[in-house]
Amino acid sequence: MSEEQIVSFNRRSFMKTVTGAITGVIAVGSPLAALVPSRAWAVDLGALTDAQGAALLAMIRTIAPHDALDPAAYALVVAALDKDASGSPAAKTEMLAGIASLGVDFATASEATRVTTLKSIEASAFFQGVRVKTLLVLYNNPIAFAHFGYEGEAFSKGGYLFRGFNDLKWLPEVPLADSGPMPV
Amino acid sequence: MPKFDYTDDSVAVIVGSGAGGGTMAHELTRRGIKVVLLEAGGRLTPADFSQDPGVAFGQLTWLDPRTQSGTWDAAKTSPNMPAWHCKTLGGTTVHWTAATPRLQRYEMQARSTYGDVPGTSLVDWPMDHDELKRWYVVAEKRMGVTRRHGMPGMPACNNFKVMHAGAKKIGYKRVHTNYLAINTKARDDRGGCIQQGFCSQGCKTAAKWSTLYTEIPRAEATGNLDLRTRSFVTRIEHDATGRASAVIYRDANGQEQRQKARFVCVAGNAIETARLLLLSESARFPKGLANGSDQVGRNYCHHLTSFIWGVFDKPIYAWRGATLAGVVEDENIYNPSRGFVGGYHLELVALDLPTLPLVGMPYGWGRDFTDLIDNYRNLAGMLINGEDMPQSTNRITLSTTAKDANGLPVAHIHCDDHANDIALRNHARQQGTKMYEAIGARKVVTSPGSVATHQMGTARMSKDPATGVTNPHGRAHEVPNLFLSDGSVLPTPGAANPTLTIVSLALRQAEHIVKEMSAGRV
Repeated sequence: MSEEQIVSFNRRSFMKTVTGAITGVIAVGSPLAALVPSRAWAVDLGALTDAQGAALLAMIRTIAPHDALDPAAYALVVAALDKDASGSPAAKTEMLAGIASLGVDFATASEATRVTTLKSIEASAFFQGVRVKTLLVLYNNPIAFAHFGYEGEAFSKGGYLFRGFNDLKWLPEVPLADSGPMPV
Repeated sequence: MPKFDYTDDSVAVIVGSGAGGGTMAHELTRRGIKVVLLEAGGRLTPADFSQDPGVAFGQLTWLDPRTQSGTWDAAKTSPNMPAWHCKTLGGTTVHWTAATPRLQRYEMQARSTYGDVPGTSLVDWPMDHDELKRWYVVAEKRMGVTRRHGMPGMPACNNFKVMHAGAKKIGYKRVHTNYLAINTKARDDRGGCIQQGFCSQGCKTAAKWSTLYTEIPRAEATGNLDLRTRSFVTRIEHDATGRASAVIYRDANGQEQRQKARFVCVAGNAIETARLLLLSESARFPKGLANGSDQVGRNYCHHLTSFIWGVFDKPIYAWRGATLAGVVEDENIYNPSRGFVGGYHLELVALDLPTLPLVGMPYGWGRDFTDLIDNYRNLAGMLINGEDMPQSTNRITLSTTAKDANGLPVAHIHCDDHANDIALRNHARQQGTKMYEAIGARKVVTSPGSVATHQMGTARMSKDPATGVTNPHGRAHEVPNLFLSDGSVLPTPGAANPTLTIVSLALRQAEHIVKEMSAGRV
């Protein structure tokens, strides 16, 4: 995801038909704060209501719980699923039925309760679809990169050759015979 | 670039432009032979390679549908994409991680060494190890391989420091930064590695050998190459005498074309090579072209894999640096007291953050699952590459349920783990776990076997036409002007990543073809 897309969180007009929304505020001091013009964000939903979006968000957080990861990253997964559900009436029906199967209080239930609920539907196409979408989206965006410390591509910065590829100091250095010299 | 006529039956046609086909194109054209090179994918340059792993995957990967069955892990972990290789000019040498180990002598004598292992179709190679070794040297000098012929080894990255310390702690001796076809210094008009990681997304500095920017442009420079990209071969035709006469393909505009040929080299990757021979059945070859032995598609091998992740309490930043720059070779031996035959390498590996949860971890969700990712900075990684047992029932067939965009049946892959495969992989997981635990890992996580990245054995070479598809030079027993120039001819896989062997065999085959042409036999 690009910075441009993060900024678009704040463009409420960017979807023609808005059913619901997820909103949040990026934490003070988050590395993400530097990337966006405003700490407050909102993801508009085309197919899902606020309550359905909240249930899905809770489901994604239960599948991939990272307590300190900014909710904005989870909202990206909801947005991706909402987009899929907007693709066809059949997809929307399937998504809404899946969310309904979570029960009415799912979004506010304890983690233990949410885990129990999800275990009971683990074999469903709905659960597996949400799980795979979570893996595809949650870890492939600048919010996740910043949070987990992944530095991403290095070609534009000259690689990691002089930027820490061998800076580990808590183990013995490898003898030259088993490795090779730094290029001159 | 010349454009040879479709009816010009003096040209050689090569199908596929990867390690085997790209090398063959250079070898033939530099000797003055006119070549039409057909590549299913398009042409990218290093400047085009995306550094978004998801986008790069879409740019490079063979994404045509396949079906599969069997008990191997890929049927569960990657049901829709059992194999991961490329569809782009340069083939899988664009995304490969450049490990270039040699096969050992015992591995080429697998049947004699391992004995009669029930359920396998083990054979000895129909060529001597010394013969292959001679060509390994030629190939290594061509590609530029670290730790060989004066090319310095890779400097040790953080991830390798962990591998090295762990391996030495449990008594391993042969541990180094691997043999890699990656320049560690400027050589052959290409620069040295700048330790980007991102080997699998295409090397933007071209420090890593790929036919895309070595063999293929050199073949073009001879003036003897007619390169046709986005050209998908659907059938090889033969004449009344049983010689290959023309190659049918869909061109970049979707039009069917027929290119006549003096001889044909097929290097479409072992899955697609087998599929193409099966698709080319005829009254004379009812089981598929050159398939009187019924060995086309059988004995499919893919190497046994599993990721092993050590979770430490200090940062490693394993993604920084060339992806496979480390290896433990001590288990690449014959020692049945371990409970299995065959051997394995433990190879250094790191995955970028988006890819790790998609392919590198066991199935799961919830807190057990996220613990590993929460420690992403502190992960050390390695990948098993082990010898799998050839089985005649592990095979490529034509799918009865799925067709490709041209309306042709896609490849169906059936693959069952052999008991020896399971024992070997478990042993390798235990040893990797011991390595990390010996130096203080607080947790070690191993993955199931992943999607197959090495495709081998589906048209094995043999001395006896009844037991294999080609002779020891990769020349089809039944079709004297048809050559197979990729991993399909490997009779057994050993534990060596196959690219170096494929390039070596292609170099050797090219010399054979030229001699045979001079003698009037091709």
